[in-house]
Amino acid sequence: MHTVPEPHAEEHLASETELAGKCSQWQDMAEALHAEWTKLRTAGINWWLLAGAVLVTVAISAVADSVITCRPEVMSCTQDTAQLSLSGIWGGQILVAVVAVLAISDEYDTGMIQTTLAAMPRRGTVFAAKALLLIAIVFVAAALGVGGSFVAGRFILPLSGFTAAHGFAALSLGNAPTLRAGVGSVLYLALIALLGLGIATALRNTASAVASVLGLLYLFPLLAKVTGSLTWQRRYEAVGPMPAGLAIQATKGLNVLPIQPWTGLGVLAAWAAGAMLAGWLVLLTRDA
Amino acid sequence: MNSTITSYLSQRRQGSDGFGALLRAEWTKFRTVPAWCMAVILATAGALGFCLFLSSNGANCSGTSPGGRPICNGQAPPSGPGGERVADSYYFVHQPQQGNGSITVQVTSLTNATHGFLPDNVAVSDTTQPWAKAGLIVTTSTKQGAAYGAVMVTANHGVRMQYDYTHDIAGPAVTVSSTSAEWLRLARSGDTLTGYASADGTHWTKIATAVLSGLPQRVQTGMFVASPDSAEPHQAGMVTAASGVFEHASLHGGQGDGEWRGTQVGAGHPRGQTGFFEPGQQPRPGQFSQSGGTFNVTGSGDIGPYLPPDDALGNSLLGMIIALIVVITVVALYITAEYRRGLIRTTFSASPRRGRVLAAKAIVGAVGAFAIGLVAAAIALPLTERLLRSHSYAPPWWLTGAGLTSGTGLRIVLGTGALFAIAAVLTIAIGAIARRSAAAVTAAFVVVVLPIILMFTLPESAAQWVQKYTPAAALGIQSSIPHYQQVACYATKGCFPLSPWAGLGVFALYAAASSGIAFALLRQRDA
Repeated sequence: MHTVPEPHAEEHLASETELAGKCSQWQDMAEALHAEWTKLRTAGINWWLLAGAVLVTVAISAVADSVITCRPEVMSCTQDTAQLSLSGIWGGQILVAVVAVLAISDEYDTGMIQTTLAAMPRRGTVFAAKALLLIAIVFVAAALGVGGSFVAGRFILPLSGFTAAHGFAALSLGNAPTLRAGVGSVLYLALIALLGLGIATALRNTASAVASVLGLLYLFPLLAKVTGSLTWQRRYEAVGPMPAGLAIQATKGLNVLPIQPWTGLGVLAAWAAGAMLAGWLVLLTRDA
Repeated sequence: MNSTITSYLSQRRQGSDGFGALLRAEWTKFRTVPAWCMAVILATAGALGFCLFLSSNGANCSGTSPGGRPICNGQAPPSGPGGERVADSYYFVHQPQQGNGSITVQVTSLTNATHGFLPDNVAVSDTTQPWAKAGLIVTTSTKQGAAYGAVMVTANHGVRMQYDYTHDIAGPAVTVSSTSAEWLRLARSGDTLTGYASADGTHWTKIATAVLSGLPQRVQTGMFVASPDSAEPHQAGMVTAASGVFEHASLHGGQGDGEWRGTQVGAGHPRGQTGFFEPGQQPRPGQFSQSGGTFNVTGSGDIGPYLPPDDALGNSLLGMIIALIVVITVVALYITAEYRRGLIRTTFSASPRRGRVLAAKAIVGAVGAFAIGLVAAAIALPLTERLLRSHSYAPPWWLTGAGLTSGTGLRIVLGTGALFAIAAVLTIAIGAIARRSAAAVTAAFVVVVLPIILMFTLPESAAQWVQKYTPAAALGIQSSIPHYQQVACYATKGCFPLSPWAGLGVFALYAAASSGIAFALLRQRDA
């Protein structure tokens, strides 16, 4: 009996208390989704940031495709073209994280959160509605960014020397690892958004949330580079949300990766889940 | 209704809104926000902790060689005559020589010979290294770290006279090819070695003299070839080899034994790059062939000062990045909070000259940030240095005696303060332009912090560009490894193409340009 009751079935079920509660919970959720969607839709800035995220992702990917070249007469080419063509995620994620932070912190900055929570006293529902909508819009933006990067790669990579003659097949989603890299990158950006939302809900302040998310993301690649030990380098690359999550883009040399692609994405998911849990606890226990 | 209205007259002193008063007002606005002060204190403590963590994290200089020297990355560099760590690995075609005398040779070619030197299936560099060397050397022995004097042609740096690893004097700026060979001569008289160069073998130019005190009667004299690890942007760190062709080799005076023999000095290569060699793959030793008076010599490695694989002290001080992130966040809030709360309108009503308000904010932010950077670096530097030493790291992994009062130490501490101050000015400008905290913090992070991370993660060619043209150039102020003109150094080793203070200047240009834009916008826009 755990299905969603149809609206017209409502009166027949009204006598059953448990289901009525469930029903109103779903109604709450629908209302929360509607309210959050309206706020998101009309706030304006989010769309510019999301469009920026798509643009930055595709642009950085295209630049990377053209500056990194394959010249076997100088040096044998070992590049991972799927990963190379998705380089833009490295920059695009900044704007995705900011969109995610603003999705809740803007309400704290303006005091809107008090109105929101007065209208929707079930804070968990509000939080879930925000998360669901955020994932939905980030999915769309990420799919556009990843798709655009692949299209750019398909055109630019052969010009940079990544040709069949040099042993590089054209980028194609028919190739299972490439498809995994693409789909995984979309999931990666969605998880980054959840990480940002969770941290922003826990910190309740735009500036500190943005700084924390960006610091957390980019600190691990830096740590991995400056440690004097190969063991520690691999540890950082296996536990950092960004390096571990981006393992999903690898299609070559999987046997030497510090962490396997899906496991890596799992590590990022754990970070995101931890941040969401922290945010949820703060939202539930603190005065708004 | 009669009522007396007493006009209110402010007791405040009339007169100009002096800049001092403005500064005081801005300072009050900053110091009265407890969260900011708390964040700054926590950031300083966090940065210190992070510096200490970095200096012990992964430090693997814990072994000791039989000679008592620390082993880092499995390889103890040899020590030179002055006790300094040196790189000493080359191929040597030599014979013993007694007493005073000289050796003369004509170098007719110096080319890349990496193919054939490395095992098959190892990526190779096909460019002749700028510091590939072919020339004459007089050395006390074929052991690594022996005292020596040498005169040589290099691929791109002309004729050089070098001795005892750290000394380097430029001679004629020529390159050898099939059409222009170069004659070299190295003469010994007592403890003194003199290097000469000549285009035709009859008109000689003296390059320099080297005094090697205690040079024994019997020395090894001959021809050598060396080719250091690749410094090319896209192949940095790769092993290379070079071939030199020598003609008309002749010894004068002294008593040689007439027989030329080949010796590989040092291991085939001092430090095989893990990224390019499979286990078991090692470069082949150098070799030579002789036909009549013509010698063809192939060698790899370098004779010169040892450069550590990375900048241990500078990398530890990267912990400051934590404080830097917090400082730019707080400073961004310092200006954007006024816009969010509308306080900026009050501020501008009180001091209508907006440029002065911007200047006052920039000064308060810069002075505060300078103090934070200075204090954090002054505490972190001696502590990290001690921690590194306890892990057996010691100079030359950083500049000898980079203590607080040494030139390098002062440069690092004052420079870190200056770096923080410039970051604060830049962030104030970004905040005045963006006016929203999310945009300001993101932009400041992307402009100030991201280039530092890119510098370490991008490939060499892009990393050098980042080190020259982005605010990451300023990080050179924390560099602690020595620079030698005769050793190519690259970004992944922690070398900066610009000098420390010039790098800080690049960052200051960014801050100045942003402040200019902020000033113009502030005057044009409504608050």
